[in-house]
Amino acid sequence: MKHRQGAGLKLRGIHRQFEGRPVINHLDLDVAPGEFLAIIGPSGCGKSTLLRLLAHLDQADQGTLDRSEADLDVAFVFQDPCLMPWRSVIDNVALPLELQGVPRHHRIPAAEALLRTVGLGDAQGKFPQQLSGGMKMRVSLARALITRPDLLLLDEPFAALDDITRHHLDDHLQSLWLSHPMTVVFVTHSLSEAVYLADRVIVLSAGGGNITLDYKVPLPHPRTAASRLSTPFIDHLRTVSEAFEGHSRTLA
Amino acid sequence: MKPLSGVLWLPPLMSFVLITGLIECSIILMDLPAYLAPRPSAVALALFIHAEELLKATRHTGIAAITGLGMSAILGALLAITLASHPLIRRAFYPYAVFFQTVPIIAIAPMLVIWFGYGQGAVVAASFIVSVSPIIANTLTGLLSTDPALLDLFRIAKASRLDTLFKLRIPGAIPHFLTGLRIASGLAVIGAIVGEFVADSYEDGGGIGTAVEIALKEQRTDLVFAAVLMSSLLGLIIFWLVSGLNQLSLKYWHLGEFKDS
Repeated sequence: MKHRQGAGLKLRGIHRQFEGRPVINHLDLDVAPGEFLAIIGPSGCGKSTLLRLLAHLDQADQGTLDRSEADLDVAFVFQDPCLMPWRSVIDNVALPLELQGVPRHHRIPAAEALLRTVGLGDAQGKFPQQLSGGMKMRVSLARALITRPDLLLLDEPFAALDDITRHHLDDHLQSLWLSHPMTVVFVTHSLSEAVYLADRVIVLSAGGGNITLDYKVPLPHPRTAASRLSTPFIDHLRTVSEAFEGHSRTLA
Repeated sequence: MKPLSGVLWLPPLMSFVLITGLIECSIILMDLPAYLAPRPSAVALALFIHAEELLKATRHTGIAAITGLGMSAILGALLAITLASHPLIRRAFYPYAVFFQTVPIIAIAPMLVIWFGYGQGAVVAASFIVSVSPIIANTLTGLLSTDPALLDLFRIAKASRLDTLFKLRIPGAIPHFLTGLRIASGLAVIGAIVGEFVADSYEDGGGIGTAVEIALKEQRTDLVFAAVLMSSLLGLIIFWLVSGLNQLSLKYWHLGEFKDS
């Protein structure tokens, strides 16, 4: 099996507009293979549009988007868990493999193993409506990772969850990323979540998608609940927060 | 729920006794002739005396209605899938699917006789024409209202069109299809009875439509009402059957989120 480091991304002059209103305005961005990048920004700054461009769900009007490998395996996690109610948990997780034509006796063990790593080993026979919001999100994460993607895109995945569940899911995501090398682009509204998880945090400006802050978080992984309270973490959070607030204030 | 169940059927029973009692009394007091307004007691008597023929007629009509409904379910679902497959196909053909909904069945029933001859064929066709529209419309809505995020998921996974249809669009449309089927179940009975008015061959004694027609000619309004009651009963039975099917499939498909009241 080919050893992969994740996908590198190179965006040059990416421009995307809807009905004449630019959502992403000549954006340049490099993402290193295996990097965990968090994107934060006010509503309407083009975060979701950027993710859709990276997933090839949308085409840029101008500019180039190079991925380091042509046959990149991409996975997407939405804010909503988006599970199919008529499929059991295990069949939801195995769906991407099923669509690739992987036979059942191969995809089911793979899905079982992944469900165990997200702590849902007992829930595989259940159906989505029997699960809590946090459990659904874990199933959604497992489904995204079943194909061992090179690039994982997450669009505010844990925004609807309470803080405790959210912290648990942050930890699940971190350990999945550490155990399987892949590039992660994570869109979030939460500054502390961004600083906690990411190697690098970028802040996008409102209405134009310019990068107002590109900040490397030099804390070692894995980060734990204790690091959320450590002085270095709080210092980094303050820096990002001030950049974010300062920019928002100049706009207001 | 158990101790309540006795109370639950009591109010409708009381209102039934009250209303039929009132009708009975007013007809007697106003001295209305039986051909104008049959007394409820006369209708009940007719139901009792002609029970055997009426049951036979109900079964006759029921078979036609269920056959028409079954054809509507199969052909309506297939038509909806075809219409959902491409916007161009939808634009080209959907107006004609709506045609089924607007067609005055009583006006084209004689044509059905010309095409299918007297007998069950034309009756089933009438039942089909009347009941297919809600199935097409509801199934199409279901097929077109697939969660866009799930569609994105299938696109990212490079799923084939067939996989997207069979593993996403169709399962997601089943609750809509079942809603259409429930609406269609009542219409199928109406269509069959209208068909019998025009096209029944009287073989096997005919259906409810035939019974109504004969009773009208003989000015036996008590029998007309008895037959009408039987047709309502038939509509209810088919509606219950479809609702049961609905519950079963929602359970089987685990579509609890779509459950309706």
